[in-house]
Amino acid sequence: MTRPRTLYEKIWDAHVVEQRPDGTCLIFIDRHLVHEVTSPQAFAGLRASGRTVRRPDLTLAVPDHNVPTTARLDAAGNRLPIADRESAAQLAALEKNAPEYGIRYIDAVAPEQGIVHVVGPEQGFSLPGTTIVCGDSHTACHGGIGALAFGIGTSEVEHVLATQTLLLQPSKTMEVRVEGQVGPGVSAKDIILHITGTIGAAGGTGHVIEYTGSAIRALSIEGRLTVSNMAIEGGARAGLIAPDEVTFAYLKGRPYAPKGADWDDAVAYWKTLASDPAATYDKVVVIDAADIAPSVTWGTSPEDVVPITGVVPDPAAFADPSKQVAAAKSLAYMGLEPGTRMQDVPIENIFIGSCTNSRIEDLRAAAAVIKGRKKAANVRWAIVVPGSGLVKAQAEAEGLDRIFIDAGIEWREPGCSACLAMNPDKVPAGERCASTSNRNFVGRQGPGSRTHLVSPAMAAAAAVTGKLTDVRELMA
Amino acid sequence: MTPIEKVEGRAIPFGLKNVDTDVIIPAHWLKTTTREGMGRGAFESLRADPDNLFDSPVFKGAPILIAGDNFGCGSSREHAAWALGDLGIRVVIAPSYSDIFSGNAVKNGILPVVLPQPAIDRLMEVAQTDPVHVDLDTQTVTTPFQDRFTFEIDPFRKMCLLEGLDEISLTEKSDAAIGAYEAQLDADRPWMRPAIA
Repeated sequence: MTRPRTLYEKIWDAHVVEQRPDGTCLIFIDRHLVHEVTSPQAFAGLRASGRTVRRPDLTLAVPDHNVPTTARLDAAGNRLPIADRESAAQLAALEKNAPEYGIRYIDAVAPEQGIVHVVGPEQGFSLPGTTIVCGDSHTACHGGIGALAFGIGTSEVEHVLATQTLLLQPSKTMEVRVEGQVGPGVSAKDIILHITGTIGAAGGTGHVIEYTGSAIRALSIEGRLTVSNMAIEGGARAGLIAPDEVTFAYLKGRPYAPKGADWDDAVAYWKTLASDPAATYDKVVVIDAADIAPSVTWGTSPEDVVPITGVVPDPAAFADPSKQVAAAKSLAYMGLEPGTRMQDVPIENIFIGSCTNSRIEDLRAAAAVIKGRKKAANVRWAIVVPGSGLVKAQAEAEGLDRIFIDAGIEWREPGCSACLAMNPDKVPAGERCASTSNRNFVGRQGPGSRTHLVSPAMAAAAAVTGKLTDVRELMA
Repeated sequence: MTPIEKVEGRAIPFGLKNVDTDVIIPAHWLKTTTREGMGRGAFESLRADPDNLFDSPVFKGAPILIAGDNFGCGSSREHAAWALGDLGIRVVIAPSYSDIFSGNAVKNGILPVVLPQPAIDRLMEVAQTDPVHVDLDTQTVTTPFQDRFTFEIDPFRKMCLLEGLDEISLTEKSDAAIGAYEAQLDADRPWMRPAIA
């Protein structure tokens, strides 16, 4: 009998091309997602060395990071110019590089365009049991369907383009088990914020985290993608959730997913991937779902999480002296005083979007809170940015766009947008944003911006009250 | 990639923990199609303060950076490593790094030295007044006061740094093995190829 293995170990073992004496492995990469920001230097490297793309058929390119989220076509259907010269140059580079190397390319005005981590699963390009990489740390997202997916640097992008492999050391394994049922108003985003607050921003460093337990199993694919997306905020390069019937139902019939007899073979294989009952992890963290409240960040690290019912912590209360220093710096940057109730913090900007929370379920959750209400007067800027053109079309078919627009919230074109403010969507210096994105780093949403990470329903609640709000109070 | 063996010079006593790659190089500096010139944007928000360490007469151009836990967390942007390299930094010393950053550093000839917090505290003290010496071959960090700290490093990474190796050339030697893997995958799990050709 073979040794019991975890989901991670099974996927790893199936992808070892070669093992070196020191334990480093050459790992085969099944899917490579490429976007405009971290690829130009990789293509330039290929060109300079006279190399080619080994497996263009396993590569998919889509622009997302710096595309504007305002209209991309004029009334006559012509493409509108991109004002920012450097963004335009990066987009032009991808548009040139992809066809030159025979890579599938979804252009900025295609109906399928969107954030790579929304597009991959939506198109069935991302599959369980595959290895997926992209020059973006939120590639961890695809772990939500049971793929070993992780972000890579540009040198690694070039390495994968040239060889379809990566040289890697095996990671340690960590199980984060969330048992029980979450309360009303608590979403997948609250689960992962709570986990990040519990394990810390470096809690998963060197590990791949597998999320298990009844609260995880109960999540839709959208929710699982949200959880796995932020594995990196806990320091883990990848997150994983075992594929199950929910996963198979989500993927069946998607454009790049297997069809017919291939589909049956694929599902049979995917069913073998779940961690063996006797498998063990290097580290285990158990969380009671009942302890998770709608959550919000107060500082500039994603580990700075409190329940919405909580207060801004006192830096002196942290045991770790370096955390005391970091917390004090965070509060100065955020303009917050210890002891302030989170629900008393006013909000001027709302961002609903990003690879963490821009799928149809997220937009439905936000719209359910907004419906019949108006944006608060002190909220200066509020935008909803769907994760893809297909999400946008679905939302419009359901009338969600009208709910947002009628409330005074802008309805935009798909892209990464104000999550990292590489395009014109920025939060002004000194202003706060209730954001459904994944990072509250200094300057992340624009120089001087102050980010509070929340769920889509919580962002919607802040939009209508003009301050951080416990969404449960707005629920009928 | 420039090989690295011994580095001696001033060490910037930075010391902060959870320094993310957005702080090392903000996103608006990423709108480029080359690797050069990133140093101008490095630590932009911190360098807005005229009294910042990075531009002080003592530490400007220093080849070593001392930092806290979880250095380089967050975004996978390799621009962070390019920015440090462009500032002249060849070695970072910290208790821990994000996995992606440490890989990116090595691929750009920057040595990520891991030392426990007490060693970091001592080096932070020394760095105020004196240079620090890092030797990759012997895996040691030393000071003029006879401090001597040894560090661990993955042997493959050490070899790449010492020899300035191009990883792609190395992997290309495994071309036959990759081809064999691809053929076996097509035989065992043909459905793994994307359904639309």
